[in-house]
Amino acid sequence: MTAANTAVDTRPFRLGEFHSFEAAGTRFLYLVPAGAIFQVDDAVARVISRLKVGEAPYGSLIEDLISSGLSCAEAEELIVELYHSQVIVTGNSVPEPATTPPADFPIQTLVLNLTNQCNLSCQYCYEFGADKVATPEGKPKFMDLETAKASVDFLLEQSAGRRSIHITFFGGETLMNFPLLKQVVAYANGRAKEQERHIDFSLTTNATLLTPTIIEFLSENHIGVTVSMDGPKEMHDALRVFANGKGSYDIIEPKVRALIKNHRTRPITARVTLTSGVTDVVRIFRHLKQDLGFHEVGFAPVTTSPNQLYAINQQGMDGVLEQFHVLANEYLEYAMRGEAHGFSNVSDTLAELCQGVNKSHPCGAGLGLVGVGPSGDIAPCHRFVDSDVHALGHISTGINREKQTDFLRRGHIDSKYDCHNCWARPLCAGGCHHEAFVRYGDTGHPNLHYCDWIRDWTNTCLEIYGAIAAKNPEFLRQFAERKASS
Amino acid sequence: MRHMRPLNKKAERIDNYVASRTSDVVALQNPQPQPRPHVPMGCALMFTPGWEVDAAGGTAGLCQPVERDIYDCFVSCYWPAQVPDHLNNAPDWASKCAAATKDWRNLDLVFP
Repeated sequence: MTAANTAVDTRPFRLGEFHSFEAAGTRFLYLVPAGAIFQVDDAVARVISRLKVGEAPYGSLIEDLISSGLSCAEAEELIVELYHSQVIVTGNSVPEPATTPPADFPIQTLVLNLTNQCNLSCQYCYEFGADKVATPEGKPKFMDLETAKASVDFLLEQSAGRRSIHITFFGGETLMNFPLLKQVVAYANGRAKEQERHIDFSLTTNATLLTPTIIEFLSENHIGVTVSMDGPKEMHDALRVFANGKGSYDIIEPKVRALIKNHRTRPITARVTLTSGVTDVVRIFRHLKQDLGFHEVGFAPVTTSPNQLYAINQQGMDGVLEQFHVLANEYLEYAMRGEAHGFSNVSDTLAELCQGVNKSHPCGAGLGLVGVGPSGDIAPCHRFVDSDVHALGHISTGINREKQTDFLRRGHIDSKYDCHNCWARPLCAGGCHHEAFVRYGDTGHPNLHYCDWIRDWTNTCLEIYGAIAAKNPEFLRQFAERKASS
Repeated sequence: MRHMRPLNKKAERIDNYVASRTSDVVALQNPQPQPRPHVPMGCALMFTPGWEVDAAGGTAGLCQPVERDIYDCFVSCYWPAQVPDHLNNAPDWASKCAAATKDWRNLDLVFP
């Protein structure tokens, strides 16, 4: 038995939870509880504007639609569509019971901090700077082969059922332990082959130690590379310096060019940390994308407590947003022509919007992803590596389920009361656990200092998504199979 | 859906869900669009508790369980459903079921 078309509900209707936006002269709805995006017509807009005034019973909505020119059957059909997709709802909203992730959630990504040592002394570094959470005293500075092998075995064991698994090499400066990196790649490939599985590798580096031999190895082994780089010389050298205060730009510039030229198997990306005075996003993008030739460039404001000199103030963040809009518009123009632009803050969000993600947690930390420090300590992610307070276990004994459950419970969107009426929560979920800890002393605290910023940026990405979907939907196909970044 | 075009994977799932909730069982000969009032195929033309749907289109909120239907077929015999042969082979089939609304679970299982 199914509902007759007219059997919807006898109680008055009100608006469900959605965010409406327009792009390319078309109306769209982003349904918040689901993360779904719909293009809607004038009739839907009419019902929404009617219910914005207040609740209305079924008959009144039907009459209103008929007066706008719809037939009775069409009006009834529309209300049924809106009701079942929860654009309009009845009764009191009852929150869905919280769901906790299954205890045996398989790991997908392991971040191996091969060393906690670095040859640079970037002042803003979350591992060494004033806001550091790491407590590396008395712990090994470099990971040994036994720990690394145990970590690979741990990943293979804990990722049962996953189609693809990843190892990301991290530091400190990752390449300060390149000999181990090579050994891990060989060992992991061997073990994966035994199990007829495949492991994907990537690394993040400051590029200072790149050599032609290393580049050749990375290319031959299909290892993805992200370079931490903050822009043209004067911006890059502001904070990315050696211990003697000398900037690192001149050292890395030729090495980056060589990397991009000779590493042909994976796209090379740049990751920019924005700080006070280093906020000229457009200029940084132009330099990294067009002058140096990075495939994609991504930006993130520095994670810091607000009183640090390099922290970006509100005015600075507004300026960053303004420049993000410039690049976003440019991205849209490229997309309309079917061309790749390279501003990864847009493409990463489009990938998530394409999937319709609705996150329980802001990222996979402690869930599908864990970090392992040189000592073998397991952390929620690379940012918490070497922190005794945040350790979730040890590679020799596995994950401490009690600590993991506590971390995930605090980070769950249901625990973040401030987020409950925010329409951007399916993508944001309260923001980075580490940023929350640095700002508020609690990994489960929502990052309230950038809510407006996130909503504005999410709306911008929705507009881009809508415009592309309306005018050049083929462009979105590349995101359909792409893993939504977590 | 006619007024909402799904643009991402989650929207497609909602689209499928709405289609499953709104499309009805209709006789092959039924003209489209269906004339009103619409009587879904498979239901009696008279109202009998159990053949109806609740306000949400499901059966959970009905005043009587849907399982009562089979008993209704047996007692009043107006619908040609398959019920046990209570004249010859299963005379006691419903003997433990005094009030169908409460006791329908006591109806015997009968294997031919």
